[in-house]
Amino acid sequence: MLSHLRTMWLVFIHLFRKKATIEYPEEKVVLHPRYRGRIVLTKDPDGGERCVGCYLCAVACPVDCIALQATEDENGRRYPDFFRINFSRCIFCGYCEDACPTYAIQLIPDFEMAEYNRQNLVFEKEDLLIDSQGKYPGYNFYREAGMDAGVKKKGEGVNEEPPVDVHSLLP
Amino acid sequence: MSTIYIDNKKYEVKAGKNLLEACLGLGIDLPYFCWHPALGSVGACRQCAVKVFKDENDNRGRLVMSCMESIKDGLHLSVTDKTASAFRSQVIEWLMTNHPHDCPVCDEGGSCHLQDMTVMTGHDYRRFHYKKRTYTNQYLGPFVHHEMNRCIQCYRCVRYYHDYAGGNDLNVFAAHNHVYFGREKDGVLESPFSGNLVEVCPTGVFTDKTLREHYTRKWDLTTAPSVCHHCSVGCNTIAGERYGSLRCITNRYNSQVNGYFLCDRGRFGYEFVNSENRITQPLIRNRPVEAVDEFVLMDHLREILTNHTLIGIGSPRASVESNTALMQLVGSQNFYQGISDNLGFIQKRVVQVMQSGVVKPASLHDIQQADAILILGEDCWNTAPVMALAVRQGVLKTAAEHALENRQLPAWHDAAVRELVQQERGFLANCTLAGSPLDEISAAILHKAPDDLARIGFAIANRLNTSLPAVQLDNDTSSKVAVIASALQQAKHPVIISGTGCYNEALIRAAFDIAAACKTTAAEVRLAYVVPECNSMGLAMMNASSFENAVLRASRAQQVTAIVLENDLYRNVPSNIADVFFNSCRHVIVLDSLNNATTQKADVLIPAATFAEGDGTLVNNEGRAQRFYQVYMPAQRTIQESWKWLLKMQATQTGITNETIYHPEEMLASCEQLLPQFSGISGSAPRRDFRVHGQALPREPHRYSGRTAMLANLSVSEPKPKQDDDSPFTFTMEGYSGMQPSLLIPFFWSPGWNSIQAVNKYQVEPGGELKNEQPGKLLFNYRPDAVPAYFKDIPEAFGVRREKWLLLPQYHVFGSDELSAYGHGVQELSPDAYIALSVEDASQLGVVDGSLLSIKAAETLYELPVRTMATLPNGVMLMPAGLQGMTMMSWNSWVQIVSIKL
Repeated sequence: MLSHLRTMWLVFIHLFRKKATIEYPEEKVVLHPRYRGRIVLTKDPDGGERCVGCYLCAVACPVDCIALQATEDENGRRYPDFFRINFSRCIFCGYCEDACPTYAIQLIPDFEMAEYNRQNLVFEKEDLLIDSQGKYPGYNFYREAGMDAGVKKKGEGVNEEPPVDVHSLLP
Repeated sequence: MSTIYIDNKKYEVKAGKNLLEACLGLGIDLPYFCWHPALGSVGACRQCAVKVFKDENDNRGRLVMSCMESIKDGLHLSVTDKTASAFRSQVIEWLMTNHPHDCPVCDEGGSCHLQDMTVMTGHDYRRFHYKKRTYTNQYLGPFVHHEMNRCIQCYRCVRYYHDYAGGNDLNVFAAHNHVYFGREKDGVLESPFSGNLVEVCPTGVFTDKTLREHYTRKWDLTTAPSVCHHCSVGCNTIAGERYGSLRCITNRYNSQVNGYFLCDRGRFGYEFVNSENRITQPLIRNRPVEAVDEFVLMDHLREILTNHTLIGIGSPRASVESNTALMQLVGSQNFYQGISDNLGFIQKRVVQVMQSGVVKPASLHDIQQADAILILGEDCWNTAPVMALAVRQGVLKTAAEHALENRQLPAWHDAAVRELVQQERGFLANCTLAGSPLDEISAAILHKAPDDLARIGFAIANRLNTSLPAVQLDNDTSSKVAVIASALQQAKHPVIISGTGCYNEALIRAAFDIAAACKTTAAEVRLAYVVPECNSMGLAMMNASSFENAVLRASRAQQVTAIVLENDLYRNVPSNIADVFFNSCRHVIVLDSLNNATTQKADVLIPAATFAEGDGTLVNNEGRAQRFYQVYMPAQRTIQESWKWLLKMQATQTGITNETIYHPEEMLASCEQLLPQFSGISGSAPRRDFRVHGQALPREPHRYSGRTAMLANLSVSEPKPKQDDDSPFTFTMEGYSGMQPSLLIPFFWSPGWNSIQAVNKYQVEPGGELKNEQPGKLLFNYRPDAVPAYFKDIPEAFGVRREKWLLLPQYHVFGSDELSAYGHGVQELSPDAYIALSVEDASQLGVVDGSLLSIKAAETLYELPVRTMATLPNGVMLMPAGLQGMTMMSWNSWVQIVSIKL
């Protein structure tokens, strides 16, 4: 009997507690920037595509829902010819973001991607690419990499010496 | 055998090896860069350090480079020793101080020896905060991409390209910490073996440029064991596919055939599979493309296959299965070889000689081990490039063996051995029509007309066995003959190489006579004949009559339906003869993979699978039957192996449609039944129900990515995986994931070894046989008691004729092969057509390089620029063989010059 009364009392005082639920969708949920939601492809500070088509996200994906094909422009800059994520398979684990060496693929705090038709959950590059640097501003892979892909010349990148003079025998 | 103790554990190892080889052979992971089983040790990279102890009581030990230390009985060493492993990880840390941050955009990534070794030593964090050294790159041609920043200065590229393959245009420049590996200036790499740099380089300095155009990581490829289709040697390859197109070819080690290296034609000639010129739909003349499906096709075929005289034209580039299926369909008396009369005759002689069992056939491995090599009338540098590479190794190895006699120096000590050998070479006699790069390493060089070469051959045979008829030769030649004969006499295991390249049958006989005569003096003599195409030997063994008989037959019979199997007749027989044949046929059914002049004549065109899309067996030049496996199923289901189409046609023809599905092994069994000379061929590959622990073998590595997305654009519901009933492979990544048996290796991979260097895990010892190796099935059996039937018919000496020239083919690595020429890179490197004359002939005619000559051959007029050739004998005219757009010439016939334009 005492336990019943105690339970009723506890339920009663909950009436005055702050609500844990919100009036979604009228009221939007506040998510942290590192929340693992929809996947996007970002751009570097110079406005170029960050993705270099290295296939690491695809191989890291435990459900194999990322498929892409790398190609390159006339300067030798790699970019994905197509980049496809099958969100009907995605488990939002974020491994792709962890694997990405260029900060291109990022998970953003947006989970509102429900569809009536499963086919609409297949996102292509034009659906994924956003005009923003996302969570990691200021990084351009081709400035750090050794190769010349039209972004910087050999020896002009971060931490690089000018190219070796092959004809020199000086130490 | 010696006993050594590694980390206090006792092992029995082969004496004469070095510690690195021993450790790798025992399955111990020890990082290395500069050492390569085919190149030996130089101790340049300092990566393979181990600790060696004086005796079991010594606990201080000393660091040594394991690749530079011989095995000694009772030796104690430690791989896991703290100092040794710290040393190894420091070495790699130093190497990495200048290594660029390139892995995401580097084609080597995922199959990179440097990545593997870095992970193996445990180096993971960059502590060096100073600047990185950079280099500019070079343009090295259409096959190899250069990215010099990634270099770790292991010297493997130069040691392979210059020392092993004999290329002179890639070397090391500059000094100190900025050495540069490349050419003197930008330009196409001259060696036809440059593609191996891609595999030899432990990092991404040299990468495959054709792969770059449709780049895919190793882990994303669907691969299957394949056999190269671009010459008669039959190198083992691995072909990789992604998204329905063939992406790359890599080497598949086979100790008896190709070892570690391929030629560029084999490695980069795959692009024809993705060609826009492919036939993808069955076509019936005068019917719209959409209207023809398999039903309509078979309906139409029923009409033209029944109540018609059938003539089947076989193919030297179609598998044994396909040729057998055609033979079954048309009947063996109606089956003809689709090659010219004289070539068919020469090949018949080759088969007869090899089937006699008097002399053992020479594999590439045997050529590498030979201590004297005679090349008689075959330009193997261009017709079978990897064989020329093997010849070079034979010559170098013999020289090294001579140098090492009575010396305490192990053979793997590469730099020291080279120092000792200097310019010494083993014996190679290059008796060919014109010069080749092999002349550089030849002790005896003779460039003569084919008949004269044959006479030289018979003269050598006469020196070796005086009961054979003597040959009159001039003094200079006979002194060279004496040198060659005495070298062959002294050799323990000489190899004689000849072939069909000169279209001269006497050469085949002469080569046999020499080999058979050598048997009296040499313990082991071997004989190799180069034949034109990948299954020329298989076709020749079928003993079908030649194409000229087919023409005769077609002209006499009524209502002829010809079935042409994967054969561009305009490449294999003179065009006027082909025209006569097609004109006398009522219906022409052509099965082929690419559109060509023959498919233009077809009334019914059926799309055939290429090597990547079908299963089949090829017989290489030594009579080795080797199976190639389907890599992927093409999107168009109408592309099927020719033998499957032919079986369907047979069912249509006979009206027996009991839905029996045939598989390659059943085709081979019926081939054995039909043709007893093929006995044993059905055992050349494991049966299709072969399983390892009840599991099929996956074509895809376990890291294969994108399964649930790659076709999601078409439909989000994933299709059922494709089934393969013809082989023990699956098209997925599911199945047995361990070491595959030697004939069924779709990719080399072992935990921690992602690059192709993982092959050492598959070998009994580094550079040795694969574990349980079955290197194909040899169809020519050696009979030690067979009595040689010498050929005593010696041709007349070659006589120069007035204003007439003997027309002979000049082969080119790039351009002479039909299929590879569809690739952009090969096309770029293939020469323009020309007419080659000797310097003397040219000056007599008053022509210089570039003057236009017109000749009439096979009723066609050719006007081509002249090239003078210093090594060419007088009275002979060369034209490039098999160039795209050129029709077949009547080789070995006399031609006249019609006009000259200076």
